[in-house]
Amino acid sequence: MASLEELYREVILDHYRSPRNRRVLERSNAGADGSNPLCGDEVRVDLLIEAGVITDIGVTGHGCSISQASGSMMGDAVKAKALDEVCRLTDRFKGMMSIEGAADPGLDPERPGAVLGDLEALQGVRKFPVRIKCADLPWTTLEEALGIYESG
Amino acid sequence: MIDQARIRSDFPILDWEIDGRPMAFLDSACSSQKPAQVIDAMMDALRDSYANVHRGAYTLSQEATEAYEGARRKVARFLNAAAPEEVVFTRSTTAAINLFAYGWGLGNLKPGDRVLISVMEHHSNIVPWHIIARHTGAELSFLDITGDYRIDLEKPEDYFDERVKIVSLSGMSNVLGTMPPIGEIARLAREVGAVMLVDGAQMVPHSPVDVQEMGTDFLAFSGHKMLGPTGIGVLWGRRELLEKMEPMEGGDEMIREVRLFESTWAPVPQKFEAGTPPFVEAIGLGVAVDYLSEIGMDQILEHDRKLTSYALRRLEEVPGLSIQGPANTIDRGGVVSFDIPGIHAHDIATILDQHGVAVRAGHHCAQPLMRRLGLAAATRASFHVYTSEADIDALVDALGVARRLLASTEAVTVR
Ligand SMILES: Cc1ncc(COP(=O)(O)O)c(C=O)c1O
Repeated sequence: MASLEELYREVILDHYRSPRNRRVLERSNAGADGSNPLCGDEVRVDLLIEAGVITDIGVTGHGCSISQASGSMMGDAVKAKALDEVCRLTDRFKGMMSIEGAADPGLDPERPGAVLGDLEALQGVRKFPVRIKCADLPWTTLEEALGIYESG
Repeated sequence: MIDQARIRSDFPILDWEIDGRPMAFLDSACSSQKPAQVIDAMMDALRDSYANVHRGAYTLSQEATEAYEGARRKVARFLNAAAPEEVVFTRSTTAAINLFAYGWGLGNLKPGDRVLISVMEHHSNIVPWHIIARHTGAELSFLDITGDYRIDLEKPEDYFDERVKIVSLSGMSNVLGTMPPIGEIARLAREVGAVMLVDGAQMVPHSPVDVQEMGTDFLAFSGHKMLGPTGIGVLWGRRELLEKMEPMEGGDEMIREVRLFESTWAPVPQKFEAGTPPFVEAIGLGVAVDYLSEIGMDQILEHDRKLTSYALRRLEEVPGLSIQGPANTIDRGGVVSFDIPGIHAHDIATILDQHGVAVRAGHHCAQPLMRRLGLAAATRASFHVYTSEADIDALVDALGVARRLLASTEAVTVR
C-alpha cells in the first residue's frame, strides 16, 4: 500500500506552508482560472510574457495541499523560461503524472539534476489516483492561459 | 438496544482489514453496506428463479413476478402506504424526483408559478427543477437555513403563497443532518394548495416513516442507502395524484393498448414502469426492508442519535475543528460534516483512508449549500446500524495524525 510519506514529501509540505509566487501581478498580459468542481480546488494563474519568455508569474487560489504545492512549484519551474520550453516542461510533467509516466527513466527522483526539480516530489501522487487531478490543476490552468494568450 | 455484534456479523465487508486494522466505514450516507441476507437473496434470484416479470405464462416467470410484487408489498408496509399500488419502483431517488418533476411539474406549472425548495438540497432535488423551470417558465424559490442549521420558518408567509404550486424538500440533509419539520411544512404547503414531495434519500434509511401521517403527497428514496442494492429506488405517491400524473417514459409494461397513432396506459403503478424493471434489485430491497423492520426503525434512529452525540463530543476534542450542522441531536440524523481550518477536506480524506477510515470529502452534491456556508469543501462522517463507537474513535485518532502532518502552527508565510 502506498504510504503517506510518498504523498506528503517534506518539499511538498514546504511549498504548501510557504507558497512561492503567491501574488496577484501588477502587470500581466495572460491569465486563467481553473477549478476541480469535484473537490473544490481553485487556482488562478497570471503571467507576464515578454519577448516569448515568462518573466513573471503569480499563482493564487485555495484548495488541498497537493494542488497548492503543485502551483507553487510550477511557478518556480516556469519563471524566466521561454514559451517553447514551458510547453516541453508541461508535457514532461503531465507525462510524469500519468500512469505511463512510470516508464520515463529521466524521472528517477534520486538522479542528480532532475529535470523537473522539486516537482518530481509529486510523483508519489500517482499512487493516489484520485489526487492526480489536484496536482495537474495548476498546469492545465497554465496551459489554458497560454492558449488564450496565443489565440488572442 | 440493538445487538451490534450480531448485526455487524451480518455484513461480510466489515471483516475486511486495512493494514491489519479493521476498516472504519463512515460513508453510509453516500451508500450503505449490505447484509448477507440481501446479497444472498439477489444471488438466489439470479441463480435459481430467474425469468422476466409480467410476461411469461410459465412457472418461473410467474414466480419472479410474484417476488417482484411481493417486494412492492413489503415496501408499502414499510411506509404504511394505503396500498401497494402507491409504490412506484424507479432506478433511484434521482430518477424518482425526475419522474415527479416531469410527470407532475411539466403538465401543471405555468409561467409565474413557483417551485419552493431549500438552500440545503442535494443536486438531485435542484437540477430537475432547473430543467422543468426552463420548460414551463415557472420560478424557483428557496427556504433558507438559520444560524443553527435549521430550516428558517420564522416568517413562512415570505415563502408560502398562492404562487407556490410545488414544494420539494429533503427530509434529512445529507450534509447537515438537519431533519426539517415535515408535518408543519406539509401543512403550509396544503394551505396554499401546493403539492409536496419529500426527498427521503437520507430520511427513509434512518427513521420510521408513515406516509399517511407525514402529510406529504410524494416521497422519493433509494435502496442503496438503506442496506439494499443500487439500481432500485421508489417514488411513493398518493394514489389519486399518481392517477392524475403523466408517465415520463413510454415502452412496454406501462401500456394497456398500443395502436399506430396512440396508446393507453396501464393502471398505477405500472403506468410509470416502462420496460423490464430492475426486479432482482427490487427483491434485494424487499429483503433490506425486512432486515430494517426486524431491527426496528425506531431502534435505528436511536442508535444513530447515540452515535451522533458521541461523535459530536469526540470531535470537539480536535483543536480548531468546526461542525456544519446542529450542535445537538434533536431532529438531526447520523451525518456529521466538519472542517479544520488550514487542512483541506481532500487531504483529510486521504490521510484518514491511510488509517482505514473511509469518509467523504468535497461538496457532497450540494454546491449551493456549500456556497451558503462559505465553504469550498467539507469532510463528512456518516453512520448506519453497523457503525460503532470504535469507528468514531478511529476517525478522531486519524484526525490527530492529519493535524500533526498538515496543520502548521505558524501562519502560512508568503515568499
Ligand atoms: C438528500 C439526497 N437526495 C438525493 C440523493 C440522490 O440519491 P441517488 O444518487 O441514489 O439517486 C442523495 C444521495 O446522495 C441524497 O443524499
